[in-house]
Amino acid sequence: MKLHFDVPGDDLSLAGKASSELKKALGRLGIDPVTIKRTAVAMYEAEINMVIHAHGGSADAEIGPAGIDIRLQDSGPGIPDLDMAMQEGYSTAPEAARELGFGAGMGLPNMKRNADDLRIESTVGVGTTVTIRITLPGSTTKAP
Amino acid sequence: MKVSDIIQTLDGTLLTGDANLDAEISSACGADLMSDVMAFVKDHVVLLTGLVNPQAIRTAEMMDIKVIVFVRGKTVTKDMIDEATSNGMTLVATRFSMFIACGKLYEAGIRSGGMRERY
Ligand SMILES: Nc1ncnc2c1ncn2[C@@H]1O[C@H](COP(=O)(O)OP(=O)(O)OP(=O)(O)O)[C@@H](O)[C@H]1O
Ligand SMILES: [Mg+2]
Repeated sequence: MKLHFDVPGDDLSLAGKASSELKKALGRLGIDPVTIKRTAVAMYEAEINMVIHAHGGSADAEIGPAGIDIRLQDSGPGIPDLDMAMQEGYSTAPEAARELGFGAGMGLPNMKRNADDLRIESTVGVGTTVTIRITLPGSTTKAP
Repeated sequence: MKVSDIIQTLDGTLLTGDANLDAEISSACGADLMSDVMAFVKDHVVLLTGLVNPQAIRTAEMMDIKVIVFVRGKTVTKDMIDEATSNGMTLVATRFSMFIACGKLYEAGIRSGGMRERY
């Protein structure tokens, strides 16, 4: 099953909607709650990042028998130093993000903890693509 | 303690339906920072927050948090109430501040923070 979401960057009240929809879809598919929560948390962090740091973008999720693959793509400013960004507490979040309750520099480490595989490709001035892989329990398929 | 006891302890107003009133709650988390809720909450907790926006609802949804208490008499919009209701969540408003609300729940018997240790 494939799902596509547009993630608008201009309406903060919509930030997190795509993850909410994916979470509901996974629930309807009868996937176990622990896996659903890991998936939802990782995608939500990435979705919020896309809205607060990169003016929005798009998210695509593919749910297969072995796992869930999510790709979040934006054409934002990119991440100049990925190692630094991955550190707990590092944040360049603007005031508007802090008003939403975000901007503690916890999102990327949290994504890493919840995903079975996390890939971030980012080019300054071009954009960022985040790929999240969640392996379904009972599946032995390794990340590609 | 039950959700209904929490409402009583906080002299709270129930903003949604009565879906979870008999649910048992053993942990609570007070936070205005959703980043912390996302990174540290582990148990099924009641979330106390002064942050009133749709992300409070969605963050709770992601973390399987069923009950949110909005402190210090914040006004919650109809959109937020609708979204929470469709997720089967319970929203409560209390006139007490964060500190007092947390203190009252602690005194009433909720002793766990429901947070994981930092790494
Ligand atoms: N999609 C993105 N585009 C551009 N920069 C990004 C993107 N995602 C993350 N970053 C950069 O990486 C930093 C760290 O991200 P991270 O999610 O860990 O923290 P945060 O979003 O600032 O705060 P939190 O996630 O705790 O709310 C951000 O502050 C930002 O500088
Ligand atoms: Mg973030």
